[in-house]
Amino acid sequence: MNPTIGWIRQLAESWGVPGVLVPLVPFLVLLAVLYAVIGLAAYGAKRKWPRADKTIAFWLFISPWLIGFLVFTVGPMLSSVYVSLTSWDLITPPKYVGIANYTEAFQDPRVAQAIKVTLLYALISVPLQTALAFLVALLMNVDLPGIRLFRTIWYLPSLVSGVAQIVLFLWVFNPQYGLANDLLGKAGIEGPGWFNDASWALPTVILMSLWTVGGAMVIYLAGLKDVPSNLYEAAALDGAGVVRLFWHITLPQLSPIILFNVLTGIIGALQIFTQGFIANGGPKDSLLFFVYYLYDNAFQNFRMGYASALAWILFVIIMALTAVTLRGSAFAVYYETELGGRRRPRLRKG
Amino acid sequence: MAVLVETRPAETPAIRRADRPYWRRNLPTTLLLYVVLVLGSAAFVYPFLWMIATSLRSLAGVGSAGASIWPDEFLWDNYTRAITSFPFWRYTLNSVLTTVIPIVGTVFSCALAGFAFARLRVRFSGVIFAVVLATMLLPGEVTMVPQFMLFNNLGMIDTLYPLVLPAFFGSPFYIFLFRQFFARMPGELADAAVVDGCGWFRMFLLVYLPLARPAVVAVSILLFMGYWNNFLGPAIYINSDQWKTLPLALAGFQSVNGTDTPLLMATSVLITLPCLAIFFLAQKQITNGITFTGGR
Repeated sequence: MNPTIGWIRQLAESWGVPGVLVPLVPFLVLLAVLYAVIGLAAYGAKRKWPRADKTIAFWLFISPWLIGFLVFTVGPMLSSVYVSLTSWDLITPPKYVGIANYTEAFQDPRVAQAIKVTLLYALISVPLQTALAFLVALLMNVDLPGIRLFRTIWYLPSLVSGVAQIVLFLWVFNPQYGLANDLLGKAGIEGPGWFNDASWALPTVILMSLWTVGGAMVIYLAGLKDVPSNLYEAAALDGAGVVRLFWHITLPQLSPIILFNVLTGIIGALQIFTQGFIANGGPKDSLLFFVYYLYDNAFQNFRMGYASALAWILFVIIMALTAVTLRGSAFAVYYETELGGRRRPRLRKG
Repeated sequence: MAVLVETRPAETPAIRRADRPYWRRNLPTTLLLYVVLVLGSAAFVYPFLWMIATSLRSLAGVGSAGASIWPDEFLWDNYTRAITSFPFWRYTLNSVLTTVIPIVGTVFSCALAGFAFARLRVRFSGVIFAVVLATMLLPGEVTMVPQFMLFNNLGMIDTLYPLVLPAFFGSPFYIFLFRQFFARMPGELADAAVVDGCGWFRMFLLVYLPLARPAVVAVSILLFMGYWNNFLGPAIYINSDQWKTLPLALAGFQSVNGTDTPLLMATSVLITLPCLAIFFLAQKQITNGITFTGGR
């Protein structure tokens, strides 16, 4: 523990602050000092340039984010670079080892396995989810009586998420008592071992992820409602059929939303953790997702340096996949600038 | 007049046909669509109903019932056991604390920053907004280990603080959402308030924030779903039983009582219940919220 922080804590304890609140005191003191400095600076600035109140207000308003950015993002990022070059178990002081962590990571067969499993998951589940969500949204966009009830039913599973969802599906796919194998058995098929079978575990997780496709469906549905109907009317007058309407109007109009969902989907899929944790990495490391392996190294084996190196490798993978997706999408995504004589405000970068 | 009379009869049937709802124009397709909708609904809702049915069965009943979703037993006792067999209320309190406090913190800090980016255009504000957007791409895992060390230094490991405090410092995605929302609101409001001698902060708090209620509600719901089900955070920072949240407790429960299916299902249902309740209470706001989070 930092000596200054320890001193503040001792002071708080001697003043009779309740034990639960003691850790908060150093934090609040640091924050108070920080804001005192900011407040003084703002006061001084206001005295000196009385007409700059807008500028001062802007900096004050973003100061929570700015401080958080420095304390929880920039600072940790810089120290993460350093930690990744050390060997550190949190107890003994960190020892500088150069790029040894990275060379170890490139030779570690479990890292290779983790990258393989995670990439496979992302590259299979994201397109599947996107396609399914989009098709379902198209289906739900038809104006039928009772369609709102169907929308609710298909969305409902998305509310069972995280640990509860995995616990449920561990039982749905239980080889002996589970729902899936019982149904398959009635159809005369002997079901696989699902989570217990090394070659089936990953497909099972992908299948499970399709269950919560409702969340993305609602986003596409909102997008479909936003497509101006005069486009369809004009094209239909020109003799376009259903397929061409879909291909030349629906798809281009929704392409920015699809891109947004694919991007967030890829980033989310590469950070999958809970499934691997609950399954303990799965049989024969078949569910050894990258973040789970990172967590395992950092908080089970206390290899902070190695875990930091892994985090940077993950960062590079995410950046690379994002860049590839953005490059690949450049010709496929249509950003409208003008529509029906009415200019839409574009997202301004400033 | 004569021209109108002449052209009308030819157009009327076509217009009438197009005016009829889709399902009356095209009956066979409609039937097919309904078959798909019903089959799909069955597939989607089946595991859900199975979860509820299983939570009401006895241990022996689970083995014999298999895929049936008919709850032929009603062992409400499973729910009593779920609540009493582990410190359920303690974990619920922890879950509520680590959900409600971060929601308040995130909404306030993000609305404040979003307002500044939308309404207080000053030098460098564009550059800084670009930085905000760029940080959306940074995976949390990169800062996970150093953040752990930071909280370790502050002596906050195995407390709820690491799960609560960062929320008060904004989150890029929600700053972006609020900025989009405030940018769409009329600027005359600000002018009027300035004429009345109102400071920027008071203007934000008394004029803009109340008007941003739809955004606040939508963001709060999204945040609720995220924080209530958060697992990685508690898994890193919480060790002792006393501070466990519900998802963490359920995960531990799964590894200890992995064979007691009804108990596990009852606990899962209990954990999911708040999300379901919020969904049915705020269905409209959820759809609105998703509409403006959907990109574009």
